[in-house]
Amino acid sequence: MSPRAAASFMARHRTGLSVIGLSLALVPVPLILTNPWKLGILNLIAIHAIVALGLNLFVGYAGQISLGHAAFFGLGAYGSAILTTAFAIPPLLAAALTAAGVALTAFVIGLPALRLTGHYLAMATLGFNIVVHNILVQWDRVTGGPSGLSGIPPLAVFGLAFRDEVRQYYLLWGAAMVFLTLSLNLVRSGVGRGLAALAEDEVSAAAMGVDVRRGKIAVFTVSAVFASVGGSLFAHYMGTVTPDTFGIFASIDFVIMVVIGGLGSLWGSLGGAAFITVLPYFLGPLEDSKEIIHGLIVVAVLLILPRGFLAGIADLAKSRLARGRSAMRSPTA
Amino acid sequence: MATVAPNGIILEASGLTKHFGGVPALHDVGFVARKGQVTALIGPNGAGKTTFINCLTGLLRPDKGSMVFDGQELFGLSPHRIARLGIARTFQNLGLFPRLSVLDNVLCGLSTQAGDSLLEAFLRTPSLRHRERRLRLAALEALDTFGLADRAEWPAGALSYGEKKHLELARAFVSGPRLLLLDEPVAGLNPDETERVGTLIRQMRRTGATLIIVEHDMDLVMSVSDHVVVLDGGRRIAGGAPEDVRRNPLVLEAYLGKISVTA
Repeated sequence: MSPRAAASFMARHRTGLSVIGLSLALVPVPLILTNPWKLGILNLIAIHAIVALGLNLFVGYAGQISLGHAAFFGLGAYGSAILTTAFAIPPLLAAALTAAGVALTAFVIGLPALRLTGHYLAMATLGFNIVVHNILVQWDRVTGGPSGLSGIPPLAVFGLAFRDEVRQYYLLWGAAMVFLTLSLNLVRSGVGRGLAALAEDEVSAAAMGVDVRRGKIAVFTVSAVFASVGGSLFAHYMGTVTPDTFGIFASIDFVIMVVIGGLGSLWGSLGGAAFITVLPYFLGPLEDSKEIIHGLIVVAVLLILPRGFLAGIADLAKSRLARGRSAMRSPTA
Repeated sequence: MATVAPNGIILEASGLTKHFGGVPALHDVGFVARKGQVTALIGPNGAGKTTFINCLTGLLRPDKGSMVFDGQELFGLSPHRIARLGIARTFQNLGLFPRLSVLDNVLCGLSTQAGDSLLEAFLRTPSLRHRERRLRLAALEALDTFGLADRAEWPAGALSYGEKKHLELARAFVSGPRLLLLDEPVAGLNPDETERVGTLIRQMRRTGATLIIVEHDMDLVMSVSDHVVVLDGGRRIAGGAPEDVRRNPLVLEAYLGKISVTA
């Protein structure tokens, strides 16, 4: 391949090559980072990243808001937990059945809820989260009540169980890379442009032939399925689930991951998920005021880097470069 | 689908009526657009021109009347369905997506050809890649035609007002619509920019496009239209060739008031 052809190949497949590059970089990590506790944190990041990616499609691209995605995350986790422990359904099938159920739930909720926008939509999704959380706490016989469910088996494929942290690491990050690829594909399609268009101006988007209502419901359902899969992976990874993981503060944390990573920046969502997942371990005695600190960080990011951390820094670098270049071109200016 | 003979009627509205509260915005309006022609819709402020366009594109539902586009009744169809029939429009107050790039704005104009299968989008199938490449070329070509090629990667919000007007034209024209509705394409433009838009409109007409133009600028209307329809107070008061309409006393009265006609 000539250098020129290589350059054009790189340019055309920039996104795909970036995902492959990141995946390759992730492969040797368990060899270097052998501490299972630290590996466990990385595994949680992968799970949160999957939820954040889905939420970013809904919030960052389609311009909607959800303060209820922890409910879909929780439904995914409990769905897998109940199906595997009470009905002895194989984990992979349980996760798939749960995702289908969550998709249907999101679709039915979305039909009325997505007629709302802004604060009203935020309240509706928040209300949904509170309802789901209450059910998880109160419906003792099925959900195990406040103490939750335990004894959830790990995921197994062809008899190979993802039992230890290292195997889980490859499973979870493999899944995260798949969902990253799917999301990147979606936003680079006509469907993705339609979502970005309806986020900016619904009337104008409809005049271009975008079915605004269908688009919103579809992306809401998709993002709920991402959260559900994340929840299933979480349940099989942890082996136990309790309701307090799926409260409204968890929903808010997912939104914070998306916002600090950058609305509409899928790569940023990975960073946002990593940051918010790791942060509590550095807070130490301040951990009890975690919510306040998360809130302050969001305010700071929105004030200083409104497009999010990664995109914001990229912007700063770009404008520095541009300024440098124009200074070179016109030294008198 | 019925095919329209050259210069055949592609759009026929009849008895179109729309009241806001008790105020008639449109009253029993009839309107015909012919294939390959430029039909202008003029009238003083509040005459009902934009209401008419909004009825045609499904943003407003008329109280009664019919709008037949190439054998298909538009009454009651939602905006995206009407767009998918091949009716594109621009907006009086700009309907751009300011945070999307100029190129993406034009690509949005090709939404009906981009496909809306989620599965295909997630998997980025070879046929989707191929189509995306084709749409991208079409969009770049449109940007070139409308003089925005060097702005492709800019966010649309960063363009000047005149460039934004051009971008809206490019976005509406790129799909090769069977009917193109321009709502005040030169409002707020200076004479030079207006002249350039006039040239673009004539250029679009030469490629066989069918246009309906709502416009205040009489010089532009007279220079580009084949047929002119005049609304006043929600009623159709005149229609005909530009030079006939220009001399029509009813039209002069609507625009200038009675005194100027008698003076």
